Amino acid sequence: MLNFALRRLMLAIPTLLFISLVIFLLLEASPGDPLGDVPLTVPPEVKERMREALGLGQAWYIRYALWLKQFFWVEPLYWFDRAFGTDFSAGMQRIISFQSRSPVFDVIAQRLPQTLTVVGLSYLLGVMIAVPIGIVSAYRQYSWFDQIGTFVSMVGFSLPTFFTGVVLIIVFGIKLQWFPSIYDTTLRVTDWDSFLAQVRQMVMPVTVLALYNAAQISRFMRASMLDNLRQDYVRTARAKGLSERVVVLKHVLRNSLIPVVTVIALGLPAVFGGAIITEQVFKVNGLGQLLILAINANDIPMVMTLTFIFAALIVVFTLVADLLYGVLDPRIRYD
Amino acid sequence: MTDPKLVEEAAAPAAVPGAEALPPDAPVEGAPMRSQGRDVWRQFRSHRGAMLALVIFAAIVLFVSLGPVLWRIDPTFVDYRARNQGFTLAHPFGTDQLGRDLLARMMAGGQVSIAVGLVAMAIALSLGSLVGVLSGYFRRLDAPLMRLTELFLALPLLPLLLLMVTLFREPLGKALGPAGGTFLLIVCAIGATSWMQTARIVRGDVLGLKEREFILAAKSIGTPAPRMILRHVLPNVVSPIMVAATLGIATAIITESALSFLGLGFPPDFPTWGRLLFDAVDQMQMYPWRVILPGAFISLTVLSVNYIGDGLRDAMDPRIRGR
Amino acid sequence: MISRMIALPLALSLATPALAERGGDGELKVLYWQAATVLNPYLSTGAKDVDPASMVVEPLALVADDGSLLPVLAAEIPSVENGGIAKDFTSVTWKLKPGLTWSDGSPVTAEDVAFTAEYCMDPAFGCAVLAEFEGIRSAEVLDAQTVRLNFDAPRYAPLQAFVGGRTPVLQKAQFQACRGAAGASCTAQNFGPIGTGPYRVTEFRPGDVAVFEINPEYRDASKPAFDRVTVKGGGDAMAAARAVLESGEYDFAWNLQLPPEAVAAMEAQGKGKLVASFGSMVERIELNQTDPSPELPAEERSTRAHPHPVLGDPAVRKALSMAIDRPVLAELTYGPAGKPTCTIVPVPATYASGRDDCLAQDIEGAKAVLDQAGWMPGADGVREKDGRRLALLFQTTVNPVRQDVQALVKQWWSEIGVATELKAVDGASFFGGDPGNPDSQQRFNADAQMFTDAFYIPDPASFLNKFVCSRIPSAENQWQGNNSVRFCDEAYDAGIAALHASAEPGKRQEIARTLTDALTADGHYLLPLIHRGMVSAHANSLAGVAPNGWEGQLWNVADWSRAE
Repeated sequence: MLNFALRRLMLAIPTLLFISLVIFLLLEASPGDPLGDVPLTVPPEVKERMREALGLGQAWYIRYALWLKQFFWVEPLYWFDRAFGTDFSAGMQRIISFQSRSPVFDVIAQRLPQTLTVVGLSYLLGVMIAVPIGIVSAYRQYSWFDQIGTFVSMVGFSLPTFFTGVVLIIVFGIKLQWFPSIYDTTLRVTDWDSFLAQVRQMVMPVTVLALYNAAQISRFMRASMLDNLRQDYVRTARAKGLSERVVVLKHVLRNSLIPVVTVIALGLPAVFGGAIITEQVFKVNGLGQLLILAINANDIPMVMTLTFIFAALIVVFTLVADLLYGVLDPRIRYD
Repeated sequence: MTDPKLVEEAAAPAAVPGAEALPPDAPVEGAPMRSQGRDVWRQFRSHRGAMLALVIFAAIVLFVSLGPVLWRIDPTFVDYRARNQGFTLAHPFGTDQLGRDLLARMMAGGQVSIAVGLVAMAIALSLGSLVGVLSGYFRRLDAPLMRLTELFLALPLLPLLLLMVTLFREPLGKALGPAGGTFLLIVCAIGATSWMQTARIVRGDVLGLKEREFILAAKSIGTPAPRMILRHVLPNVVSPIMVAATLGIATAIITESALSFLGLGFPPDFPTWGRLLFDAVDQMQMYPWRVILPGAFISLTVLSVNYIGDGLRDAMDPRIRGR
Repeated sequence: MISRMIALPLALSLATPALAERGGDGELKVLYWQAATVLNPYLSTGAKDVDPASMVVEPLALVADDGSLLPVLAAEIPSVENGGIAKDFTSVTWKLKPGLTWSDGSPVTAEDVAFTAEYCMDPAFGCAVLAEFEGIRSAEVLDAQTVRLNFDAPRYAPLQAFVGGRTPVLQKAQFQACRGAAGASCTAQNFGPIGTGPYRVTEFRPGDVAVFEINPEYRDASKPAFDRVTVKGGGDAMAAARAVLESGEYDFAWNLQLPPEAVAAMEAQGKGKLVASFGSMVERIELNQTDPSPELPAEERSTRAHPHPVLGDPAVRKALSMAIDRPVLAELTYGPAGKPTCTIVPVPATYASGRDDCLAQDIEGAKAVLDQAGWMPGADGVREKDGRRLALLFQTTVNPVRQDVQALVKQWWSEIGVATELKAVDGASFFGGDPGNPDSQQRFNADAQMFTDAFYIPDPASFLNKFVCSRIPSAENQWQGNNSVRFCDEAYDAGIAALHASAEPGKRQEIARTLTDALTADGHYLLPLIHRGMVSAHANSLAGVAPNGWEGQLWNVADWSRAE
């Protein structure tokens, strides 16, 4: 297993390099222009100057190589310097956003807390709701619990968050005034009151996202449990006189987790990627909103860096999922 | 009616979905294929939820396909003197902010949404299942296919879609006419960007399945790979695929509306359910029906497909059939 | 000593209880749903960036709502009479107000002004407002309070640089190290410029929020009234309107282009008010003068090599304009944010042509015009002539209001026998100048397109300049050039040359009116639809809001206060 993991990690390096190249070429080729926001009255000559100032005058492979150097050499050096007070990175240009002309990583660091708290918490809650619901729904298939669960999760999943979010805002933000409709990113939790304020402003976005995630995961959990409940080994286990608890929660659950682990592992990088629509609706302004802003403005360094980190997380988490398969089902071997 | 006992006996060995697609001279089981299909249908009919869902789904499809034949108002006809009307005889669902008839728009929008939802879902599922099964079953294909999956998962969606339109809108429009070209572009765009989850899930299941006794047994008697996959592997991963299918329809309908905001979708005056819902969100408080109607239609469609999927899976599972 | 004696009675008269004093009104919460990404206007000209920055850095003069100039840091507006503008129009001399200080306490001098001009004009920097500094040969410091901008040739509209919030004065000491290519990495400076305005930056998160506090050195000791200002971004216009007009969480929301009925209903709840300010924004339809047919090779589509087969006919253009009911369009789609218009230069009033003959819709008249020109209805009701059909592709950006306008226009055009296919393009892709992108407004691969255009100084000469022949985008100039309608007329080009060469205001205004009419009311190359305003909402408890069509919304934030 360790061997396998190491080999996969080695393989991940060329994979990621290739992915970064594809992303870069995609961004190069897709229509759009970092100067799209510049008023139409600005003459073409001025635009040309601005383009050159952004470094866009150079050929794409030079800019790609520069990005690689900045990402893999300058940035690590910079963070090393910050940590140990050295100055290896002095005079080196970090990755700079086209939009804000500030280092991309500084902006990402600013956005990370709200995304991790809101999107991360909602994902955690979603999984915690979904797994038990999936288990009970499958165990008592077609009971009223299962029917309601199915109904709510399918309706919840088919209604987009741009709709459910606005409904929540109108009901709880405006009519009842229980929760603020605008997330305050400058709020610092220092005491009980500010903690309460933080909880209040997180309630609505977390609810919307948690329900959306729970709907999806619970469906996979239920389907997989149903499959396994019908297997022969369940009958055998029951015949051996094992308690129902042990049969369901130990044998069946463990065997049913493979697709669920896949879904969750694919969802975790998305936590970092943020939730674009929900962040917009509640003005959380996390990484999802940052990415969409950057894409709209064709801020290539920002989009490139964000998607590359995202890609790295995907590679890591698919590896984690693969390793977990082996734990859940020892028959799965990779060597 | 066939004798239930006989049917059960005949179907018991391995009644599988996709079995209908196999050549009739399948050598292992000598099961009569016709009665198997009928048997699935019989079992399906006994699933009350699934039957109700089938009726609702059929009604929705009839509403959007035959409706426009009976209700002949052009969904893009603007009559601003009759705008923002409630439910009237002339406009049973009312009119929008430009006086376009909402009943006609719901019908026209439903045609597109259902077609896009089903076709895009089908593309995504076929692609995903194919990649998943191949990479789970054939060890040699596993690494390259999974790296490809990771690549697709990592690509930023928006620039990818914008690029696709820029490259393909005009050539496709020339070849298939503007409507056909746009449709193909949209379903391919959605399909090509949403197969990865299915692929990963199917692969995970296949990896475990591959080591199970019945597969090893079938392998030991020399069953060729294609038959192994169709006969033994696919039927056993069908339930996560079904879930992915129902979820996929909902996502496709909503994604279509998102695409029209990139200017990728159908012409801007052309309604779809997702778009009607999105456009009405701003006026939710004044005209709640404008959000409720498309929202309810989308939900009903997804729900009915979900129950039909449930019913189908139960009906095709030999272990619970006849219970 | 003398100045103190004058100041004393003034201060006494100001100390009446009705007048505000500095601070004490708490926090002002402002929503800009498009969030600011940088606070240095020389890097970005978007209102989302310039407006918040205008609370910190200030120009020498502002444009008032009526198009006149108001001195800000300047002691007075330069003119030929007061000697500020040279008699031969080759230089402008600005004098600073006495006693100005930066928020760090150091004095504002002419050096800062001269430095700012050089900062922007540095060829390696890529200044976003370089066009305003066009023609400036040098910025010369005459004394600590006086700076002279020397032009390389006479300029008859000389007051451009340092007029308006887009060209504020920066502090030399702070930006010294940011000249040329180094400007890109000056994050601290670009996020927190030291200014002379009522506030200074305390926290800035690009794309999210900016927090400001009172500038203790602000020149008016009684202002501003609010202790803190938060400018929050994100979400959309509807959410912003809700937060001000319905839940009352915020005091001010900017740029609310929304369905008129929805905002009217929200305003009726009584928590806040809508205000609109009208600058030079005009929503217009451009009728392509070259053939966009996809049958042509890519580098020849929409170029002057192939004149448009249908829209070259003045009768067709006239009929298309007559068929549009502009007042209905304004009422249904823009509400308080738009007025029907027949010109692309609606302000300043002295330059506006005042033609309003397009406002009344005339479907029958339009049909008659087409009949006379020989365009006869074919079998499917679409008019034809010599095998050419009146079938148009009409594109614009993705925007619900624009899509409603498209639907209405399509309906009216169909009534006169013109078939229209609609297309909506992503805004970033439409306005982006990427030469490889066939959907951009410069490539104009459609017959008609709709967007808004504007200019920022109360003199339309440089705006009208973009419709000259040499500015037509084509493959040769990588599709750069902003004459996207591809209008080309020698008489017009001659008129532009005459406009640039006249100093006398009356003459300039007359030429500008003739040129505008050639494009719109007479030639119908451009169909002006709506004079667009900027609609904002403010809470009833907020006093002093006076939006200015030229300078955005926060220009007088120093005067804002909490009403009882």
